[in-house]
Amino acid sequence: METLERILAEHPFFAGLDARHIQLIVGCATNVRFDAGQFIFREGEEANEFYVIRHGKVALEIFVPGRGPVTIQTLGEGEILGWSWLIPPYHWHFNARAIELTRAIALDGKCLRAKCEDDHDLGYELLKRFAHIVEQRLQATRLQLLDVYGVHS
Amino acid sequence: MMSDPMIPRQYRISRVRRETADTFTLELTPVQDEGTFSFAPGQFNMLYVFGVGEIPISISGDPANPRTVVHTTRVVGTVTRAMGTLKRGDVLGVRGPFGSHWPVEEAEGNDVVIVAGGIGLAPLRPALFYILSRREKYGRVVLLYGARTPEDILYRRELGRWRAQFDLDVYVTVDRATGGWRGNVGVVTTLIPRAPFDPLNTVAMVCGPEVMMRFTALELRKRGVGADNIFLSMERNMKCAVGFCGHCQFGPTFVCKDGPVFPYRRVKDLLAIWEL
Ligand SMILES: Cc1cc2nc3c(=O)[nH]c(=O)nc-3n(C[C@H](O)[C@H](O)[C@H](O)COP(=O)(O)OP(=O)(O)OC[C@H]3O[C@@H](n4cnc5c(N)ncnc54)[C@H](O)[C@@H]3O)c2cc1C
Ligand code: FES
Repeated sequence: METLERILAEHPFFAGLDARHIQLIVGCATNVRFDAGQFIFREGEEANEFYVIRHGKVALEIFVPGRGPVTIQTLGEGEILGWSWLIPPYHWHFNARAIELTRAIALDGKCLRAKCEDDHDLGYELLKRFAHIVEQRLQATRLQLLDVYGVHS
Repeated sequence: MMSDPMIPRQYRISRVRRETADTFTLELTPVQDEGTFSFAPGQFNMLYVFGVGEIPISISGDPANPRTVVHTTRVVGTVTRAMGTLKRGDVLGVRGPFGSHWPVEEAEGNDVVIVAGGIGLAPLRPALFYILSRREKYGRVVLLYGARTPEDILYRRELGRWRAQFDLDVYVTVDRATGGWRGNVGVVTTLIPRAPFDPLNTVAMVCGPEVMMRFTALELRKRGVGADNIFLSMERNMKCAVGFCGHCQFGPTFVCKDGPVFPYRRVKDLLAIWEL
């Protein structure tokens, strides 16, 4: 059976971390599954974890009055879901809903925050990785905002 | 038959298909029987709506069917709007085919990644027909297609059919979705990092709005695809389409006759020029 430790150590997001840091992270990790339609978290709730998606697909949604839930992004296998656990006041800004059966590794944010405070090297390594993800998502959002497929006059 | 490239031949509309709210497909057959029409995937025709004007539109049909000329057009302005009101039986002027083509033969033996944005799927469709008719000659074949909303997706039935094939990986994504859409949401570039192809043995063919092509090329480069293995179709405005008028000229390059399909390395700098 694949151990959590091996899965995390081989995941590109954690690539380059030393074994000691992987150990610390594994101590905060659990396997989770969500059925199609199930909410993983909702806007406004406390953000106390992030997820490494192993299989399935997750929609990030915002509720727009009069239009209902609008999906602004989907995430799939191999992608990282959630960074609000890292940034005060630790609240989710979107809903996340599994749109098909989704298996993931949940990482406890409170547990990780405490370990990062104790070990700033670990904190820096994790911040670098999340900064990269935030930059990628910002870039994608900018392109979405440009409405590149629209008709321009 | 190669006649004067400046004189349009008359074609009759044999079929009109509404693809989306603003996009339609015309199937054309010659008014006088002029034999067959052969073209290479990626080439375009100049379509003349009599009394209104002439515009370049890519050929989007199957290159193996030389009897019908197929064009998919999106309504954006004067000529495309007038074209959109034409009906079965109406007549159009056609000059062509013109321009360079997708490197479908050169890509044999490699994985092929086709990245299309919006109406950009139309010029790539003949390349897909071509590749699928010789499927065994290629490695993995992947289509990444981005549209604005689920309602803007072109060739839905075909995409469904292609998706059901085991030898073609089809990923569709939209910029935003409400309601029943269960597919991907996000720009098409976000599909590239995880798409199943071997970057060192891949030929990529990209068509869509220029901003989308610019970022797609960067993402493909990041994944490890060589600059000489990425091809883009530069659909800039043109007039004569045969290298006479200079309307589409950029330095030594004429987009109409040297293009529209270019290797990325050749047009990298052109992509940064805003007006042409
Ligand atoms: C080689 C080539 C292949 C093409 N293939 C297709 C195709 O398969 N299907 C299709 O729908 N369109 C295609 N186009 C684009 C098409 O030629 C233009 O949309 C058309 O010329 C617009 O004419 P119009 O009179 O309707 O619009 P206009 O009144 O001339 O312009 C309306 C608006 O559209 C913009 N526009 C015009 N031409 C272009 C262009 N080339 N690129 C971006 N914006 C433009 C103008 O800036 C203006 O804002 C292709 C263009 C080229 C050069
Ligand atoms: S359109 Fe006339 S030279 Fe290219």
